[in-house]
Amino acid sequence: MSNRLLDAQHLVKNFGGLTAVADVSVHFDQNELVGLIGPNGAGKTTLFNLLTGVTPISSGAITLATDQGVQTLNGQRPAQIAQAGLSRTFQNIRLFKDLTVLDNVRIAMTNHYHETFFGSVFRTPAFYRTEAAMTVAAQKLLAIFDLTAIADQPAKNLPYGIQRRLEIVRALATKPKLLFLDEPAAGMNPEETADLTRLIRQIQQDFHITVVLIEHDMSLVMNVVERLYVLEHGALLATGTPTEIQQNPAVIKAYLGDEASC
Amino acid sequence: MKATLKANAVWLGVMILGFVAIDTAELVGVVNPFIENMLVTIGINVILATGLNLIIGFSGQFSLGHAGFMAVGAYATGIITQSIATPLGFYLSMMVGIVVAIIAALIVGMPTLRLRGDYLAIATMGAAEIIRILINNLKITNGAAGLFNIPALASWTTVYTLMCVTTIVTVNFIHSRGGRAVMAIREDEIAAEAMGINTTRWKLAAFVFGAATAAIGGSLHAAYIQTIAPNDFNIMASIAILIIVVLGGVGSITGTFVAAIVLGVLDTILQNFGTLRMIIYSLALILIMIFKPTGLLGNWELSFKRLNHHKEASAHE
Ligand SMILES: Nc1ncnc2c1ncn2[C@@H]1O[C@H](COP(=O)(O)OP(=O)(O)O)[C@@H](O)[C@H]1O
Ligand SMILES: [Mg+2]
Repeated sequence: MSNRLLDAQHLVKNFGGLTAVADVSVHFDQNELVGLIGPNGAGKTTLFNLLTGVTPISSGAITLATDQGVQTLNGQRPAQIAQAGLSRTFQNIRLFKDLTVLDNVRIAMTNHYHETFFGSVFRTPAFYRTEAAMTVAAQKLLAIFDLTAIADQPAKNLPYGIQRRLEIVRALATKPKLLFLDEPAAGMNPEETADLTRLIRQIQQDFHITVVLIEHDMSLVMNVVERLYVLEHGALLATGTPTEIQQNPAVIKAYLGDEASC
Repeated sequence: MKATLKANAVWLGVMILGFVAIDTAELVGVVNPFIENMLVTIGINVILATGLNLIIGFSGQFSLGHAGFMAVGAYATGIITQSIATPLGFYLSMMVGIVVAIIAALIVGMPTLRLRGDYLAIATMGAAEIIRILINNLKITNGAAGLFNIPALASWTTVYTLMCVTTIVTVNFIHSRGGRAVMAIREDEIAAEAMGINTTRWKLAAFVFGAATAAIGGSLHAAYIQTIAPNDFNIMASIAILIIVVLGGVGSITGTFVAAIVLGVLDTILQNFGTLRMIIYSLALILIMIFKPTGLLGNWELSFKRLNHHKEASAHE
């Protein structure tokens, strides 16, 4: 309990008559890598949207452990939640398309490097110092993901897989405590996927953050995550270590049975 | 850093060159009052359209009431300089205009920019109309007749200098943390929010900034033309500024300059054609919208830094 970071209790989300998330309780601790799996339409993305404030919850409670004690995230705007330390990527990639790779990353640093209005428009030495520091920090992050060479290209020109990597860098640039990745390997080949999964594991350890990973394909996450949640039809079907999940009869029936049938 | 300094030096050179060119033309007598009037109109339109382009092209919010903020600046100058007819009075009146325009922009922007969608367009249109009706009915603004014999406290040099200053300030804002935040909102508001960007605050910043520069344009207009009336700032005036932005390219300050100059010159040439002028003018616009819907320059910007970069790159080859 002592290193509990995020706690979500009895989350519900209704879209009109459809209950996309039905009474789901999850928690994430400091420094762990957690998987969230489930078939298409299970409510995984919706759950991410609820946790990051992108979609308002119908009912439930979300709390975050901070230096000032446990704070509620209910009713906060996405920007406030992001500033509190929750960052994310999007399943359908939402980069700032017309802006450069470098700017995509620097934008995510907006709250960490303070340039005054006066300094910006009259170009004080302090402004140049802040810009330089921010750019160096952004380039450091880009280097981790091998994106240095394309820093000046508009994001829209990049291949799909690179866009996904950039979205992770952008999310990291907000200095999160908790990073939600929505199908980061979607559309990648097995080799690229393996590379990316290794990289995610590495940044989770190097940056001392908690990473929650949505994966449609269960086999991908099994050997990298410490813990898993399985969603089905908006409800939590199972939770546990990869080994426990693999032996869980309900999961085998719902998930693997489903897979076997396609 | 060195490249930035070099590019800035080139820009400074261009601005001084422009000044010297116009100054020489004035001295030699090439510039008659008629042409000077055209140059000043172009300069004021650049100021107005640059601010509107910041709002529309960079922050992605649609504003339809730019002339309302211009009216605030114009009347501040018109009223104040009639009592204090000195350059100091003029700059004081400009400051007052800026402050009032900022307050008006906050009142309009705060409730509407909270929302996602084009609510600002309707709100600004309404606000500009309210401002116009107010000055149409107030005693201090001399009602529908407007103000005349406003002291001539702005020369073309004042306009030129302030055009350079507002452009520098706007472009510097665009290339800073604030400008990037504003562009992120234009690109994808949901993603910007998710990256911790307070979208309401930054949209408001761009909008208020644009309103403040419109007030500067208004002050200059009043002090140069010396006559203002409420109808100078109606919806058609707002649309005229919008046309410059759209024609030049939404998101291109260079385009705003080009469009303001092209339209300014066209307007002067066609002055003697009466109604035909409006037809030619509209036709030119329609043609451009058909063949170049992103405006003359799209979102392309002239950049000496990039030009230098290219030159060095090709020199290495
Ligand atoms: N904004 C929305 N409006 C209506 N229905 C939605 C919305 N977002 C998701 N849903 C529905 O909620 C269910 C869960 O979707 P989602 O969370 O995207 O699933 P997953 O990410 O697990 O594939 C689906 O039936 C989807 O159609
Ligand atoms: Mg999904």
